[in-house]
Formats: sequence, structure tokens, C-alpha cells
Amino acid sequence: MALHTLTIHALHNLLVRKEVSAAEVVTAFLVRIAELDPKLNCYLTSLADSALAQARQLDQGPADFARSPLMGIPLAIKDVLCLRGVRTTCASRILEGFVPPYDGTVLERLKQAGAVFLGKTNMDEFAMGSSTENSAFQITRNPWDLDRVPGGSSGGSAAAVAADLCAGSLGTDTGGSIRQPASFCGVVGLKPTYGRVSRYGLVAFASSLDQIGPITKDVEDAALLLQAIAGHDPRDSTSVEQPVPDYRAALSEPIKGLRLGIPKEYFVAGMHSEVASAVQAAVQTCRELGAEIREVSLPHTEYGVAAYYIIAPAEASSNLARYDGVKYGYRVPEARELLTMYRQSRSQGFGSEVKRRIMLGTYVLSAGYYDAYYRKASQVRTLIREDFLKVFRQVDALLAPVAPVPAFKVGEKADDPLEMYLNDVLTLPASLAGVPGLSVPCGFSTDRLPIGLQILGPHFREELILRIGCQFEQATPHLRAKPQLD
Amino acid sequence: MTTKISREEVRHVATLARLELTEAEEGRMTEQMNSILSYVDKLNELNTTDIPATTHAIQRENVFRPDQVSSVSNREGALANAPQSDGANFIVPKVI
Repeated sequence: MALHTLTIHALHNLLVRKEVSAAEVVTAFLVRIAELDPKLNCYLTSLADSALAQARQLDQGPADFARSPLMGIPLAIKDVLCLRGVRTTCASRILEGFVPPYDGTVLERLKQAGAVFLGKTNMDEFAMGSSTENSAFQITRNPWDLDRVPGGSSGGSAAAVAADLCAGSLGTDTGGSIRQPASFCGVVGLKPTYGRVSRYGLVAFASSLDQIGPITKDVEDAALLLQAIAGHDPRDSTSVEQPVPDYRAALSEPIKGLRLGIPKEYFVAGMHSEVASAVQAAVQTCRELGAEIREVSLPHTEYGVAAYYIIAPAEASSNLARYDGVKYGYRVPEARELLTMYRQSRSQGFGSEVKRRIMLGTYVLSAGYYDAYYRKASQVRTLIREDFLKVFRQVDALLAPVAPVPAFKVGEKADDPLEMYLNDVLTLPASLAGVPGLSVPCGFSTDRLPIGLQILGPHFREELILRIGCQFEQATPHLRAKPQLD
Repeated sequence: MTTKISREEVRHVATLARLELTEAEEGRMTEQMNSILSYVDKLNELNTTDIPATTHAIQRENVFRPDQVSSVSNREGALANAPQSDGANFIVPKVI
């Protein structure tokens, strides 16, 4: 059996039984990466040597692979997470040479669990984008159709999972950046509740929205990775002290009797008919599994894009003020005066989407416009959040599409930022409300592009949406497929 | 489309944001910001009088920790990323 095709839990079983060594597992992925990544461009930085060395060490040492489900498991990490001693660029020229002197909390936890890192993956610059085309370094291709985008901003991580260039990966989601690429690439992606996972060592984009989460080959793997990274961290004061449940244990419980809501506003005008029908078929599957299906309403859904594209740029303009050419990152070599140095370093270091968001954010926070834009958007955020709180008094969870269309073509939306923003309409509300969301494959378009089902749950109910996703996944084995790449 | 932001205002915002835009960038930025700002006007369809603002989805207040001295710094690591340093300080162009 080809090792690179296996899930994390399947590899774990082989490692525990000593049927394969960790070095064999890592080598299988390195061979696959060498063969396919020149076509797909998922990785920005390869950690092949250290991954192999670490795997050999695990094989030789007294390592007990049963100690942790991630021991010896090769993972890919979005290049927005700080890994000590390894170039971390956020796919930006301004951080091209940045080498973090510390590990982000999630990577520290994965290291403790014995995971092996294969490399850092491509993304939209500073996670700003929905196609990974905003990377300063390379365009990642969708493994299902090389002319199409993998989604974004965690496009490198999602494409790497879909193409079997890693066993699983971490992405980050600010307005859909885990769920949408997972949907476009036909893999599983989970955005946890805001505060469930520490953001320490995650390069900040919009701090009130950013969350780290897994992108994996199946729901059980997502549960395993979330288990490893979730929990309170004194170094992130927005991480919460709530106990972390046993996510995997919850997966096997049937969904019979659960009340699942279908938000009518999520079947928007302009939605691709095959997306709507794949999601409707998924709803029917859940009904057959014994769930009670109800139509519900989240009346402020249509305001999500407008509120988000004020709030996220506002926070970004503030967060990205730190790139000043002094402490780290690019500095224009010739400037002899401080203000000129700031302006030229930033102008040459940032790409156009990042500049656009810094400009928008600066504008909406500036004197005279703050109330009309930033405050207004923050009030609408309250209404969007209340929509979710109300609906979760009527139903246990929600089923919806992830994106209105399957993966679009490279370059198709690149010239019109507003059109690109509107593609995020179905993922932004959950981000603004802070609720968790899972994307699970639920079908294909006639031209063989994956379609994702979005399962949304109440705050801190990841175990519930993972359970629904797992039960759905097990009821639909015919939807499991791999892209033809060889 | 109504003009929400003029080219002069775009230039001013760029100064506030410590950015320098080329002529071409400035034109494109004005056009795109106008398109985005016109779109977000949609929020004015909603009456939000007396609606409190949400700044964090999971609101936490007064997150305290014991006031204990600990060492978290890694001076060499931090300075290693500086475009210019003398081994103990960050060096910047002359300010005054």
C-alpha cells in the first residue's frame, strides 16, 4: 500500500505495529514531494533533511509510537506559524529572511507529540486572499485541475493534503482560509472556535478573527490534530480555560435525533447549481441518518462581507504597522532618513493586496470615519453573532455550502478585489461570530471539482460538528476520491 | 458610483499608513477603494442605534496572571533578524 495515501490514524497503526518505520513513512512523502511539488508549488520551504533525521532518531530511540497518535507523522505547516530556526515568510517579501527565535505554541505542542515537519506551505501574503495567488513567491495549483486555484489563504496546506504531499497539515482561518481551500481541494478543514487554540507564534493578520486549525484527509485526523493543539495558553490571553474534550471519542456516536438547521440565506443568488445540489444531497444523507432537518434563518448573513472587509483590514493595518524595517524583515538599503526608510521599505516589501488592506484599514480607523465605518461594522458584527446565538437555541448545528462556486481558474478573479471578497460570503459570518466550522467533502461538479459541506456549531462545540462530519463521511464512502496526478 | 474617497485623500491615507504609492498604484488604489467603500455602504441599510459593538467574539475581561519575573528573551535570536544591529541594539537611520 502506498504510504503517502494513508490517513494519520492509519499510519499511526502501522507505526505502532512496527510494520513500517518512521523513516520509511517520511521517505514516502519526500519522494512524492520531489515528484509532484514542482507542478503544484505547495511548499515554500522544505525541511526534508531535518524530517528524515528526526524520523531515524525516532526509529532508533526507545520511542513508543503508541504514546502519541502523532509520533512520527509527517505534517505540513502553513508559513504563517513561527517555527524556531526555520525561515517563516508569510509568503511576503517583507519577511523573506525572517527566522523566528521561538516556536509558536501549536508547533511546540506538535513537536512534543512527536510530529515531523516536512516543510512550510504557500499561502496568500499575510493570509490575505482566497486563492493563494497573492503569494509573493509562487502560485499553488489545485491538484484536481492544475489550471485552477486551490483556494486560500491556506492553499498550500490544502493542496498538499489533497495531493498526498503530507499526512495532514495546519492552516489558519480568519474569514474562511481553512474551510474554503479544504472545500476547493476536496479535503477536511476545521476552523475552531475563537479562543480554542492559542495564537501565540501565529503572525497576526486580524487578531479578533484569526484561528489555527487542521486540514486533513478525514474527520478523525482533524479530531486528532485539534486534540494536540487545543487548550489554554498563558501566552495568549484570548485563549480560553475551558477544558478540552476527547474529540475522537465523540466521533462514533450516531447523529440520530440531532436537530440540523439549513440557513436559507446560505443558498445565495449566483450559487453554482451543482454546489447547491451536492449540499442538498448531503442534507438528505443526514436526514436518512436520523437527523431532524429544519429550515432556519440567519437574517444578517448578507452583511457579513461588508462588516468583515472593514473589521479585518482595520485590524490588519494596526498589526502590520510593526513591519518598519527596524526589528526584522526587509529594509530598503539606501534610505538615509527614518520616515523615508519606513515608507520605502513597506512599499517595496508588501504586495498589492496587503497594501490595499492596510490602506482600507487606515482609512476606516482615521479621524472622522471611525464611527461611520469601524464602529458601524462592529455593531453589525453583534447582530451577526446574535443570529448564531438565536439559531443555536432552535437547532444543534447548521449545514450549508462552504463557497458559492467550486475552484475557479487561476487569474479569473485576480483583477477585481471586490469580486474576490464576495466569494467569501458563506464563511465570513462564522468568523465574525467566532463559532467553529468544519468543511467536509460532499460531492463533485460535472467537471470533477470537489464541493464541500460546511457544518457550523455553537461556540466550543467542535466535538459536535466533528461527530456530524464523521458520521456523514462514513455514510458516503462513494464520495471519497483522489485527484489523478501520476 | 459615487466618489467616496478622492485621489488626494488616498495620498494622505498612504502617508498615515507609511506607504508610498506610485502614480499608477495611486490611481488603481483610488478606483478600488471607491468600489469597496461603496459596497460596504450596504451596512447603512441597518439601524444600529443602541446596538453595542463586538470587538471580540469571545469576550474576556481582565485576564490576569501572577506578577512573576521570568526570562523569555532571546537577545541574539531577536537581533539576528534585524536589518542592521551592532550586536546589542537595533540601528536605524539618523532621526535628528
